[in-house]
Amino acid sequence: MSHRISRRRFLKIAGLGTAAAAASGLSRSARVVAASPKTAAETRSVPTFCDICFWKCNALAHVRDGRLWKVTGHPDDPLSRGRLCPRGTGGIGAHFDPDRLRAPLVRHATRGEEKWVEVTWDEALGQVAERMLKIKAEHGPEAMALFSHGIGGTFFKHTLKAYGSPNIAAPSFAQCRGPRDVGFELTFGEGIGSPERTDIRNARCLVLLGSHLGENMHNTQVQEFAEAIAQGSSIIVADPRFSIAASKAKHYLAVRPGTDLALLLAWINVIVTEELYDADYVAQHGFGFEHFEAAVASYTPEWAYPETGVPAKLIRDSAREMARHRPATLVHPGRHATWYGDDAQRSRAIALLNALLGSWGRKGGFYYPSMMDVPAYPYPAYPKSARGKVDNPDHRYPFASETITTGIREATLSGKPYPVKGWLVYATNLLQAMPNEDETIRAIQNLDLLVVSDVIPSEIAGWADIVLPEATYLERYDELNVEMFREPFVALRQPVVEAPDDQKPNWWIARQLAVKLGLQDYYPWQHIEEYLDFRLKGIGSSLAEMKQKGVLRGPAAPLYFEDGVAPEFYTPSGKIEFFSPQLQQAGFDPVPVYKRPESGPPGSFRLLYGRSPVHSFSRTQSNPILRDAMPENEIWINARVGRRMGLASGDYVRLRNQDGVLSNRIRARVTEAIRPDCVFMVHGFGHTSKGLRSAYGKGASDARLITRYAVDPLMGGTGTNVNFVTIEQEA
Amino acid sequence: MTRLGMVIDTRKCVGCMDCVVACKTENDVPDGHCRDWINQRLEGEMPALRLTITSERCNHCDRPPCVSCCPTGASHVHDYGNVVLVDHDKCIGCKACLASCPYGARFIHPQGYADKCTFCIHRVEQGLEPACVAVCPTHSMYFGDLDDPESEVSRLIASRRHFVLKPDAGTRPRIFYLE
Amino acid sequence: MLELISTRANPMIDPAMHVWGWEIPVYLFLGGWVAGSMVLSGYLMRQDRKPGESCVCDVLPWISLVLISLGMGALFLDLEHKLYVWRMYLTIQPASPMSWGGWILILVYPVLALAALLSIPGDLLGRWPGLARLAERLKTPAARNALGMASILLGVGLGIYTGILLSSLGARPLWASAALGPLFLVSGLSTGAAFAHMIASNPREQSLLLRSDNVFLAVELALIALFLIGLSTSTEVHAEAAGLLLGGPYTAPFWVLVVGMGIVLPLAIQLLMSSHRIAHTIVAPLLVMAGGLALRFVIVSAGQYSHWLTP
Ligand SMILES: Nc1nc2c(c(=O)[nH]1)N[C@H]1C(S)=C(S)[C@@H](COP(=O)(O)OP(=O)(O)OC[C@H]3O[C@@H](n4cnc5c(=O)[nH]c(N)nc54)[C@H](O)[C@@H]3O)O[C@H]1N2
Ligand SMILES: Nc1nc2c(c(=O)[nH]1)N[C@H]1C(S)=C(S)[C@@H](COP(=O)(O)OP(=O)(O)OC[C@H]3O[C@@H](n4cnc5c(=O)[nH]c(N)nc54)[C@H](O)[C@@H]3O)O[C@H]1N2
Ligand code: SF4
Ligand code: SF4
Ligand code: SF4
Ligand code: SF4
Ligand code: SF4
Ligand SMILES: [Mo]
Repeated sequence: MSHRISRRRFLKIAGLGTAAAAASGLSRSARVVAASPKTAAETRSVPTFCDICFWKCNALAHVRDGRLWKVTGHPDDPLSRGRLCPRGTGGIGAHFDPDRLRAPLVRHATRGEEKWVEVTWDEALGQVAERMLKIKAEHGPEAMALFSHGIGGTFFKHTLKAYGSPNIAAPSFAQCRGPRDVGFELTFGEGIGSPERTDIRNARCLVLLGSHLGENMHNTQVQEFAEAIAQGSSIIVADPRFSIAASKAKHYLAVRPGTDLALLLAWINVIVTEELYDADYVAQHGFGFEHFEAAVASYTPEWAYPETGVPAKLIRDSAREMARHRPATLVHPGRHATWYGDDAQRSRAIALLNALLGSWGRKGGFYYPSMMDVPAYPYPAYPKSARGKVDNPDHRYPFASETITTGIREATLSGKPYPVKGWLVYATNLLQAMPNEDETIRAIQNLDLLVVSDVIPSEIAGWADIVLPEATYLERYDELNVEMFREPFVALRQPVVEAPDDQKPNWWIARQLAVKLGLQDYYPWQHIEEYLDFRLKGIGSSLAEMKQKGVLRGPAAPLYFEDGVAPEFYTPSGKIEFFSPQLQQAGFDPVPVYKRPESGPPGSFRLLYGRSPVHSFSRTQSNPILRDAMPENEIWINARVGRRMGLASGDYVRLRNQDGVLSNRIRARVTEAIRPDCVFMVHGFGHTSKGLRSAYGKGASDARLITRYAVDPLMGGTGTNVNFVTIEQEA
Repeated sequence: MTRLGMVIDTRKCVGCMDCVVACKTENDVPDGHCRDWINQRLEGEMPALRLTITSERCNHCDRPPCVSCCPTGASHVHDYGNVVLVDHDKCIGCKACLASCPYGARFIHPQGYADKCTFCIHRVEQGLEPACVAVCPTHSMYFGDLDDPESEVSRLIASRRHFVLKPDAGTRPRIFYLE
Repeated sequence: MLELISTRANPMIDPAMHVWGWEIPVYLFLGGWVAGSMVLSGYLMRQDRKPGESCVCDVLPWISLVLISLGMGALFLDLEHKLYVWRMYLTIQPASPMSWGGWILILVYPVLALAALLSIPGDLLGRWPGLARLAERLKTPAARNALGMASILLGVGLGIYTGILLSSLGARPLWASAALGPLFLVSGLSTGAAFAHMIASNPREQSLLLRSDNVFLAVELALIALFLIGLSTSTEVHAEAAGLLLGGPYTAPFWVLVVGMGIVLPLAIQLLMSSHRIAHTIVAPLLVMAGGLALRFVIVSAGQYSHWLTP
C-alpha cells in the first residue's frame, strides 16, 4: 500500500525534480541513512552563478553542515535550465583545491623562479600602487595594460580606466571568437556574441565545422544540440577528427584541416548554381549578390574534392540537405575560430552560406537576443587618454573591433607605438592562452611590473612580481550577469562559503588598489552590496530579493523576423553584404577567396587541439573532482600511423614541433577517429608550474608546441592550427 | 510491486561524464573510485565509423549474484523498488560480491566496506531523481518503475529498440540502453 | 577495428579484476588439505587396530588444527572490514557458500579437538581429571565410530564448500562449472592422502593411503578433463574462459605445475612405489601437495582475469 503511494508520488514529482518527501518515503530514508549519511544532515541552498567557464550558468550551491556539498543548476535559469555541465557540477573542487593560492605573494628572486614571500594585503597593494604611480609618472598611464578575462575583471577594468589606460584586452577576441564576430559584422552588421544567438533548438538541419559540441560543453548549446538530435534534425559535421558531434551526424565530412573555406565555397556554389537559396530573402535583404554569384562560380564540388578530401557527391548531398531544411538550417558560426589566419574570411563564408539559406533572423537559424536594461552605477567620467590604444597602431588590422592581446604583447616587446611597462593580469593564464610562450616571456622581461590575480599558482602567476590570490566564485560577490540572450535576465553571484585563507574578492582588491592610487572618487560605494543594491533597485528589485532568487527573468521579446523583429543590418549598405565594399576599400577580398593552407614538413602531423567535457582551458587540472575525472590528456594518433610506428594506446610519447620544441610526455590514443595527417590533444594540460602539485607535468601542453601563429590580416586574430609535430617514442 | 530501473538514450548521450561527476559530489565518492562511468565503443574505419556511448553503473539486477553470495546479508535487495544495496555495518569486506558482479560495478570503499551505486535511494525516497539522472544536460537518462506500464521508462522500453549489458551473464540487469 | 574506452578506474577492478591475492588460494588449499585429512583420519579411526599399533589418525587431528587455524588466519587477512567479521555469525545465508563455510569451520574445531584428545595416552592426562574422564568415554568403540563419522562428514562438507565457493560466483565464467566443486574436493583428498602416507609409520596403513592417493589423483585428472570439456562446449564466454588454460596466459602454469608436476609425475612415481618397484620417497607426496596449492592459485587468478570491457 505505502509502496503504491510513494511510487505514484515519486513518479509525479520526479518529473518536476523538486524536493518533497512522501510520508512512506521519509520513514524509509530514515532506514537507509547508513547507505547515505547526508540525508540526516543540515543543508541549505544558495543561488549564485558558475564561473568555471564564461557561460555563467545560474546555480544552486548546497551547503551541508557548514561544508560545501554540491552545486546544481538553478531550476529557473534560462541558460542551464536546471542542469549544469560536468565542469560546473565539479566546480566545488575549486573551493577545495589543495593547491590554491592562500595569501598575497611578493617575488624575492629572479622572475619565473617561483620564489615568494607572503605579505599582507596592505603591503602587496601598497607596492602595486607605488610602482603603478611610478610607471604613470615616467611613461604615462597608457604604459600600464590590463589583461582580464571574465566577469570578475569588471572592477579591475574600472580601476585601470580611472587610472587612465585604454589598454585592456581579453584572449576571448584575438585567441577565440574575434574572427567569427568580425566575419558576421562584415556581413550582417552584427556579431554573434556570447552566449551565441544560435537557435540550435529549432534547427531542422545543423551544420558544425569543428565546433565539437559534446566536448565543448557550453551548456545551452549542448542541451539544444541534444534536443536537435532527439527531434531527428539532420546533422552535418565537418571535422578532421571523428568528434562526439560527428558520431551523431547524418553526414560526416572528414575534411582536410585548414580547407574549410574550400568546403564552404563549394557548398555555396552548389546552392547558388542549383538555385536552392532563398531567393526572396536574398532579393529583399542582400547586397551585391551578382558579384558574389560570379565570384563563387568556379568553386565546384569537383574542384573542392582534391582540396578538402571530401568526395564531390558528399559535398553536393550535404549542400542539398541544408537547402531542403532552410531557413531552419543553422550553419554554426563556431566560437574558437582562430585556426589558420584566414579565419575572419572563413567566418564570413559561413555568414554568407547562412544568408543564402535565409537563416539569419529566422526560426532555427540566428535569433535576435534581448537584454535586461539594468542601469549602470554613476561614476565620474574617466580621464581621456592622450594616446590611442597600443595594440593596433594606425589600424593595421582595420576590422579589429576589440583590443588585441597579442598586439599589446608586441608593443611591449618593440616599445612601439609607445612603451608598455606594466601588466596587470586578471584571471587569464597568458602563457597557456596566447601563442608562442617565448614571446610572452620575453615581453614580461621588458616589464617594470607584472601583477597577477589568480586563484591557483598558474604559469603566468609563476612569472609575477606580485601575486594577488582571489577568493573563488563560490566565496564572493561579483558584478551582475546581464547578458544578451533568448530572453532577458539578470543574475547575482553571492558568497556561498567563506574563503579558506587570506584570499579576497576582485571587487575588494580593485577598490583597495584604486584607493591606494588616490582614485577613491571612482569608488563612491564602500561595499559591493551597495553597488549591487543600487543597480538592482534600478529595475525594481533589490539585493535582498536577488539573494533569495538568484536570477530574475524579463519579459521575452520577439526573436525572429517572422514575429516582428525589424530586419535591420548595421552594414554600410544597410543590407546583408554578399559583396563587401568596405573589405574591397581596405584591400581585402570582397568575397572570400580560398588559399591552400601551407603543409608541414614531411613526416610531420598538424597539431590540432580542443576541449574535454570535464576541463576548462588550463584552470581545472588541479580541481580534485575534475582531475579525478580526467587526470591527463592524450594525443590522438591515426590507427594506421600508430601501427606503422608500433604504437599502442596508452604508450607514452613526446611531440617535437617544427621549431624543435619538445613536449612533456603524453599518452598515445591510437584510433581510427582521426585523419592520418593530423594529431589532436585536449588543451590545458602539461602544467609547468610547480605550485600546481596535482597537475604538474600531467599530460602535454598544446600551447608550448604552438610557437607559430598566422595573424588574421583583417582583425589581428592569431590562427594557431598552423603547427606541425613529429612523434617520438618514450623509452 | 515497484521495480526501479533506468533507461539511457545512447543517441542523445554525449559521454560528457556529468553523471559521473554529479555522483561524486552527491554521494562523496572517494578520490580514485567511481560508482558510475562512461564506456565508448568505436567500430569501423575512418570515415565510416560508429560510436556507442554507455553511461554505466550497478544494474540493480533482478537476479543479483552479489546478493546471493554475500555471507552476512550486507548485500541485500531493498524492500522499496528492489534496489540492491549494501549495509556498511554488516559488510566484512570479503569481496565475494566484487568477484561475482559481471559488470565490475562494485569497489571497496577506503573505509573497508563494499560500495556501489545505490540508485540514490536517499533521493528517490524523497521524490527526487537520482543525481546522475537529474544532472544529465542532454536529458539522456530516465528513471522510474519498470512494473508500472504507464511509467516513462516502461513506455520507452516498449516503444524503442534497446539493449542491456552482458545479457549472457544471466543477472537480468535493470538498466536499458536505447539505440 | 574495434576500440573500447572506459573512464572507470576502481582499484581491484580495473584495468583487470584482481580482488583476491594470495590469501584466498592459500586458504582454499589449507581448507582442502584439512578436509582430506579429516575424511581419512575419520575412516581410520573407525578401523579397529591392535593395541600399540600406531595410526596417522593420532597425529592428523593435531596437524589439522594448526592448518585450519593458518587457513582462517589467511582468510581473516583478506577481509577489508576486519572488525566486522563477527557479523558472519549473526546470520546464516543459505545461498552463500561463504556463509555456511564460516559455520562449518566453527564445527570443525570441536571435532578436531576431540579427535586430538583421543590420541593422548590416558596417563598423560592425569593432571586434568576432567579431560581424562572425557577421553575415557570417547575411547568406547561407539564414540570412536561416531567421532570418526562426524570427522568424515565435516571433512566432505569442508571439501565441497572450498570447491563451490568459487563456482557460486556466477560472474566468472571460468568458475561457473559444476566440475569445480568435486575437483577441489578430490584435490583436497589427494593432498591429505599424500601427506598422510608421507608421515605414516605403519606400513599396512601407508600402502593403503598410497593406493587411495593414486585413485584420487586419477579421478582428479578425469575431473580436470571434464571441467575443461564442459566449459569449452558451453557458451562463447565460457569457451573463452577455458581458453585461458588452453593457449591463454595461464596455460603454462596450469599444465606444467598443476597437471604435469602436480598430478601425472607423482602419480607415475607412486604407482611404481605401490607396486614396490621403487622404495617409498617423500618426493612424490610433496609434489602432490605443491600441485594442490598450484591448482588453487591458477584457478583463483585465472578466474579473476576478467575481460573488463566486453559489453
Ligand atoms: N568542456 C569545455 N567546454 C568549453 C570550453 C572548455 O574549456 N571546456 N571552452 C569554451 C570556449 S571559450 C570556447 S571558445 C569553445 C571552443 O570550442 P569550439 O568552438 O568547438 O572549438 P573548435 O576549435 O571549433 O573545435 C575544436 C574541434 O575542431 C576540430 N578542428 C580542428 N581543426 C579543424 C579544421 O581545420 N577544420 C574543421 N572543420 N575542424 C577542425 C578539432 O578536431 C576539434 O574537434 O569551447 C567552449 N566550451
Ligand atoms: N593553445 C591554446 N590556446 C588557447 C586555446 C586553446 O584551445 N589552445 N583556447 C583559446 C580560447 S577559446 C580562450 S577563450 C582562451 C581562454 O584563456 P584563459 O581565459 O586565459 O583560460 P585559462 O587558461 O583557463 O586561464 C584562466 C586563468 O584564470 C584563473 N582563474 C580561474 N578562476 C579565477 C577567479 O575566479 N579569479 C581569478 N583571479 N583567477 C581565476 C585560472 O586559474 C587560470 O590561471 O584561451 C585561448 N588560447
Ligand atoms: S557551461 Fe558549465 S562551466 Fe560553463 S558556466 Fe555553465 S555550468 Fe559552469
Ligand atoms: S551526463 Fe548524460 S550525456 Fe553526459 S555522459 Fe552522462 S548520460 Fe551521457
Ligand atoms: S550490477 Fe553487479 S552489483 Fe549491481 S546488482 Fe548486478 S551483480 Fe549486483
Ligand atoms: S564484501 Fe561485504 S557486501 Fe560484499 S559479499 Fe562480502 S560481506 Fe557481502
Ligand atoms: S544513481 Fe546515484 S549512486 Fe547511482 S550512479 Fe547515479 S548518482 Fe551515482
Ligand atoms: Mo574561447
